[in-house]
Amino acid sequence: MAERTTSKAPPGGLKRWFEERYGLSKVREWASHKTVPVHRGSVWYYFGGVSLFLFIVQVVTGVLLLLYYRVGVESSYESVRFIITKVPFGWLIRSIHSWGANLMILAAMIHMFSVFFERAYVKPRELTWVSGFLLLLLAMGFGFSGYLLPWNKLSYFATKVGTDIAGVLPWAGGFLLRFLRGSEDVTGATLSRFFGFHAAILPAIFTVILTVHLLFVQVQGMSQPHLKKPSTKPPMPFFPNFVLRDLLLWLMVLNLLALLAVFFPWELGDKADPFASAPAGIKPEWYFLGAFAVLRLLPAHILGIAGDLLGVIGIGLGLVFWALFPWWDRHAPEGGRKAWAVAIGVIVLLSFSLLTYWGWRAS
Amino acid sequence: MNDPTSSLENDKITRRHFLDAAIGLGGVALVASVAYPIAKYLVPPPQAEASPASVNVGKVDDFQPDTGTIFKMGNKPGILVRSKDGEFHAFLAVCTHLGCTVQYRPDLGVIWCACHSGRFDLNGINIAGPPPRPLTPLDVNIRDGQVFVSREEA
Repeated sequence: MAERTTSKAPPGGLKRWFEERYGLSKVREWASHKTVPVHRGSVWYYFGGVSLFLFIVQVVTGVLLLLYYRVGVESSYESVRFIITKVPFGWLIRSIHSWGANLMILAAMIHMFSVFFERAYVKPRELTWVSGFLLLLLAMGFGFSGYLLPWNKLSYFATKVGTDIAGVLPWAGGFLLRFLRGSEDVTGATLSRFFGFHAAILPAIFTVILTVHLLFVQVQGMSQPHLKKPSTKPPMPFFPNFVLRDLLLWLMVLNLLALLAVFFPWELGDKADPFASAPAGIKPEWYFLGAFAVLRLLPAHILGIAGDLLGVIGIGLGLVFWALFPWWDRHAPEGGRKAWAVAIGVIVLLSFSLLTYWGWRAS
Repeated sequence: MNDPTSSLENDKITRRHFLDAAIGLGGVALVASVAYPIAKYLVPPPQAEASPASVNVGKVDDFQPDTGTIFKMGNKPGILVRSKDGEFHAFLAVCTHLGCTVQYRPDLGVIWCACHSGRFDLNGINIAGPPPRPLTPLDVNIRDGQVFVSREEA
């Protein structure tokens, strides 16, 4: 028999058991006050949640793939082939993992640009922006490291190029190249390392930053955009109104993933061969096509400096500029956006889209 | 020790400073002694590169004019190109841009890299696209109808 502590003991055995020990009514009380602003841009609030859902899908499918995947030059390709040809529903798990990765980065990018154009990064949410951008970069790190794991021809050369880019950097380049590859060339050592990055190191870092990112949102609440005509609609309760809408969208995304995986199963390709030429038409995943286009378009030398070095430094500075944007655009005019900030956003979005399109069309 | 109170005060302050400095230094030493082995561990030890003096790629008649063949030059790929007029040219097949393995394109008559569309002529000179340097040339010798490729004397 539990002792009676207060006169207002909650009903129900299990509920009471937890209430008496952990005070769950406080959590419920807090949750009942959480709201979501309602205005014409409210639809953009959903993309953060969709990114989160796709991350959860990646964790679940990734853990399932771990049960059969065997890292190694003699086993990586073979084990993925085993997964997609022999293991019941292995093709589905693997295809969802590949499609989910791409959709997650797409959802995160939509989330990022919507935050940018709603100007939600201004004080006090500077660090929410920075942590979110770090999560996107980490997601690309997941994409880059995971791409090698099936050890096929495309992934072999993608990794060669990607790690060679790191080696182009002055001073730290040599260290970075050997740190990433685990040897002078892309070998089985690289495969082991990328597996470690993909399945242990990146998940650990990502989980910490994701927790911080979500904590910031809980502490500060959702950003209300500075509209010329403020919304007159009352905010929507998070529980259950917004959560149920979230869940419905997650269900739709899950269906989309299943459709893509079933009708467009992810290719495995040919096994990597260090003594074969790079296949014609080789291209990276869509989110690296922009960088790929830059590397292809730049000439060998610009004003005596290596073109690829200039490209890498340019892209790097651009990323830093973007990450620190809340500090460039600080002093908010009441109820307005800044024309130059919007212009920068449009230029970034357009040039990224155009370069991606150019990279996709390049033969 | 004539004035016990003031010496006590001084003692307290110096002892606190001393302990702060000791703990600080100890902290730095602890971090360094954990971080240094990890940082060193991350970079793999250098491995002796298997670099054969000469590689037998095959019989002269195995290589048709206007074709290219990838072969193993130690642990790096090499490319042997037989031009239309039957001459042999050999290079390391590692593109000087970002390290992809190049191939011979008979339709263009050049050595081509699929990754970023770099082109080299049959002397290995970079003629188009992003590659910054010519391909590393290799020596070709024909003895008893066999093609031998070796690294050029430096």
